[in-house]
Amino acid sequence: MLDGFSLALTPDEVTVILLSLRVAGWAVVWSLPPAILSAWILARCSFPGKTLFDGLVHLPLVLPPVVVGYILLLTLGTRGPVGSLLYSWFGIRLIFTTTGAIVAVAVCSFPLMVRAIRLSIEAIDTGLEAAARTLGAGSIDRFFTITLPLMLPGVLSGSIVAFAAALGEFGAVITFASNIPGQTQILPLAIYAATQTPDGDAMAARLSLIALVIALAALMASELAANRVKAMIGR
Amino acid sequence: MLDLTIRQRLGAFTLDVSLQTGERGITALFGPSGSGKTSIINAIAGLTSPDEGHIRVDDVTFFDHARRIDLPAEKRRVGYVFQEARLFPHMTVRDNLLYGYRRVRGDRPIAPDPVIELLGLGHLLDRRPRNLSGGEKQRVALGRALLAQPRVLLLDEPLAALDSARKAEILPYIERLRDEMRIPMVLVSHAMEEVVRLASSVALVAGGRFQAFGPVRDVLGRLDTAAAAGFRQAGAVIEAQIDSHDDADGLTRVRFDSGQLLIPRLLRPLGSPVRLHIHARDVIVALSPPTGISVQNVLCGTVVEVAQNAETSVDLKIAVGSSSITARVTRRAFHQLNLVPGTMVYALVKGVSFDPDHHPDGNGGAVVDL
Repeated sequence: MLDGFSLALTPDEVTVILLSLRVAGWAVVWSLPPAILSAWILARCSFPGKTLFDGLVHLPLVLPPVVVGYILLLTLGTRGPVGSLLYSWFGIRLIFTTTGAIVAVAVCSFPLMVRAIRLSIEAIDTGLEAAARTLGAGSIDRFFTITLPLMLPGVLSGSIVAFAAALGEFGAVITFASNIPGQTQILPLAIYAATQTPDGDAMAARLSLIALVIALAALMASELAANRVKAMIGR
Repeated sequence: MLDLTIRQRLGAFTLDVSLQTGERGITALFGPSGSGKTSIINAIAGLTSPDEGHIRVDDVTFFDHARRIDLPAEKRRVGYVFQEARLFPHMTVRDNLLYGYRRVRGDRPIAPDPVIELLGLGHLLDRRPRNLSGGEKQRVALGRALLAQPRVLLLDEPLAALDSARKAEILPYIERLRDEMRIPMVLVSHAMEEVVRLASSVALVAGGRFQAFGPVRDVLGRLDTAAAAGFRQAGAVIEAQIDSHDDADGLTRVRFDSGQLLIPRLLRPLGSPVRLHIHARDVIVALSPPTGISVQNVLCGTVVEVAQNAETSVDLKIAVGSSSITARVTRRAFHQLNLVPGTMVYALVKGVSFDPDHHPDGNGGAVVDL
């Protein structure tokens, strides 16, 4: 079935890989601040409706990705309530664009990131923040000098897990951003497309191998980086 | 100086206390766990807010319910030393020490170098808290609190998590702070020996209220506070001076206003003040001057107060000049000797019942510097 299989990547495949890394990278960068904020709210605040907020944050984890993509299409599409405003005010169109793909994978990997960060916030001794208070540090000062450095292991592992998950997102991207080579066709989409073409087996195999290598490398990097950071913050 | 009156509901009981301290020296809050000691200093620090009352340090009002003042904790400049040190694990010792110092606006009369010197931290500056011993951690925590230029220093059982050796290591540092800094200090403690050694005044706290508050000598001499002080630790404090040393016998003679006592050799110069904590259970009472016994210390005094604090024993307060000591005798002996107030008695104190080596958990009475 894989006669004459060669490991050499074609230019199209290189495009797919670079696009995938770019989409996953930006998805992590953009979802990091809201993920830290959500995690902090979930770990430290109590307010009516917290359960609902918790549920909403975790919804993309349990919804079929296709449904997530469809909801994005309804809200952020050019005729959706948010999407139409984005288009008329800023000229931003998300569907069928790389930005759209980034939004789709960011939404889907968001809960994974929040979970990891939340755990690391819950592990912080609030007594340290009280100590910082008595030493004259206001709330923002405390957050950046005590809380944030101490939750770095969670931020790091959350980011890497989210990055790996973003590389594998399929349903939400194909529903919301479609499958356009060079624009929105990230690894899983390209692999799927390759398996649908008569001579695509070798390409599918190579891309799958790449996906496997990236995922494994990400997990190992996560482990190593977490240990480095833990040593750095003295845990 | 610190001036506070607070009332605060705390679950099972209400904290209701009032306290004034001098501009220096240590005020101890002594009492069992859950009596509200830590709640008092948390209110001073601003980590909790009382329901009523006021808290002032010098001319700065931290809290005043009537005037609706509640200064945020980060603006109060209190130095708070927590029981478990609470050093920031991601910073070096140096950055921990300077955390509060860097956040002080205006004058910073307490400079880092002398504090590092005073607390013996010079060789630790580049280390991480994780690599410090318990005693070292508490010294760093003390330095960090001091360098924040505190208006008042709050110590929440700073020695409780340490073993006796570490306690003995850190006690001298606290004494030096007390003697060299013009900062009122509030010490929360449930170890009587710490209070006797460090404090100038003491509040006995129970159920959110002060059972007694005043100079250590007066409060510990009272019989009605034995329960709050802990039955086994009950005893009086005598403030004395080193009179002479007897090297051949390994003894030191101390003198107080109306008597003298022989105690194990103290390595302190003649004339230096010491505080003796004499446990009630180490005092024997006789009606006539005893002869032919090994006890070296015999004080003549008058029974002034009697308290029946326990099933089988009676506590006697015996005035010896202007000082007083407490003796615990069996109820049977009390009746046989008819030790009612006004009775002239001889109080016998075994010299070896003093422990000159400052074992904060020691069972004997303590001899401490003043």
